[in-house]
Amino acid sequence: MMELVCPAGTPAALRAAVDAGAHAVYCGFADETNARNFPGLNFSRPELAEGIAYAAARGVRVLVAINTFPRAGDQAIWHRAVADAHAAGAHAVILADLGLIAHAAEAHPGLRLHLSVQAAAANPDAINLYAEAFGIRRVVLPRVLTVDEIAATNREIEVETEVFVFGGLCVMAEGRCSLSSWATGLSPNMNGVCSPASHVAYAEVGGHNEARLGGLLIHRTPKGAPVPYPTLCKGCFTAPATPSGPAQTGHLFEDPVSLDATELIPKLQKAGVTALKIEGRQRSRAYVAQVVRAFRAAVEAADAGAPMPAGLLAKLTEGQAATTGAYAKTWR
Amino acid sequence: MTRFRRPSAPSRLPLPPLAAQAAGFALTRLLRRIARRKPAILSRLGPHGGARFLIDLRDSPLLLLMEPGARRITAHPRRAVPRHDAAIRGRLPAFLAMLHGVEDGDALFFSGELEIAGDTSAVLALRNALDDAELDLTEELAAIPGRPFDGWLRRASGFAARQSGLALSRQEAMR
Repeated sequence: MMELVCPAGTPAALRAAVDAGAHAVYCGFADETNARNFPGLNFSRPELAEGIAYAAARGVRVLVAINTFPRAGDQAIWHRAVADAHAAGAHAVILADLGLIAHAAEAHPGLRLHLSVQAAAANPDAINLYAEAFGIRRVVLPRVLTVDEIAATNREIEVETEVFVFGGLCVMAEGRCSLSSWATGLSPNMNGVCSPASHVAYAEVGGHNEARLGGLLIHRTPKGAPVPYPTLCKGCFTAPATPSGPAQTGHLFEDPVSLDATELIPKLQKAGVTALKIEGRQRSRAYVAQVVRAFRAAVEAADAGAPMPAGLLAKLTEGQAATTGAYAKTWR
Repeated sequence: MTRFRRPSAPSRLPLPPLAAQAAGFALTRLLRRIARRKPAILSRLGPHGGARFLIDLRDSPLLLLMEPGARRITAHPRRAVPRHDAAIRGRLPAFLAMLHGVEDGDALFFSGELEIAGDTSAVLALRNALDDAELDLTEELAAIPGRPFDGWLRRASGFAARQSGLALSRQEAMR
């Protein structure tokens, strides 16, 4: 059966994921070593140890994401995070930075290393380099590959692959996107925050709801309509009229929708994917429980050759709409 | 996700004398009990522990101001909006569903059931801290009078939840 890797932003969400049928849970420390460094989220060292004990007692593995890029001069913060995750009994650490990977491989030879999606390793040559040089055991593939490209990659690599199947959709070369930095000075790569909440403002203006990021208007929706979280890559923008055409308003890169690749699970299995990842460490334990339960049923169905359940989770998605993202390359 | 029914409009009903003071006293007592039993809520709030949260239950005649750092909740008539750093607006069923882990806070927000304004960081911190706390308001209320009233209160809460459709207990406890 394919492994289901589930998110936990809090100890309560970790327990919810374990109880709902996760095979593995990923989480991170409450600091900038973690690409989901949001207010009120994440784990202290004692909370991580307790979470690992809870999961281990039920046969579930815990992976610790230390997937931001260390600041020059402050690498010790990231080194300490790897050491503490190892000491707490993490099954693996999920890393992105080349220097941190080299440090972990050298200082913690017994620790299993996974390559984060933030490393944006999107071809066999890059993945094989990480495997041969540092002993990376699994790569989380960027959300820009088609199923055929994933199958082709798996034919040329020895390490396991993990792909996202549900949740927030990043359409950029992950680890290299600077949109959030441009608007706010903070980024997922260095600070662990894409569109940091400290720079987000919602307001009701003239019968509309407005969502701004760093003072920039990203969404305006009629009152009562869904209001997406203001991320620049999913923003709605107006291009002024030109001599060749009228003004146009629309989403520049991607609509504010979430990934739902449930229907593609059998194809991903056939493509040689080892693990399916659910995004959403910033979501509640209610979300985690519902999504994990639904995907556990889906991977069991795939294992039995049964049809995939569909449309169960639409209400939990951003914009309350879903896409199969790059896997089928139907978006612009 | 549940689409919550729009109830009648008690927010327009006249308030009995001292209603705001009585509500504030009772809610502050409840908040202090929860803060004692779940200290992780305050630590998760971090730098937002001193924020003032306006809780606007659209179906209530009163606005609530929650100050976690001061461990205080005060109630205010709608005509006198207190100073606040962040506001969360919605109907009581949506708040209870989020608090008890029945519904996801983001999903309630995406669907427009809940709206926020002001300091978004503080609201996220509060939402995440409360979600991790796995609160059960029925159990918290039942513990205040102690035996033998706790059993009666749990039964009454279960009956009220079935009649109203409100999430009056923690989701995991309802299974």
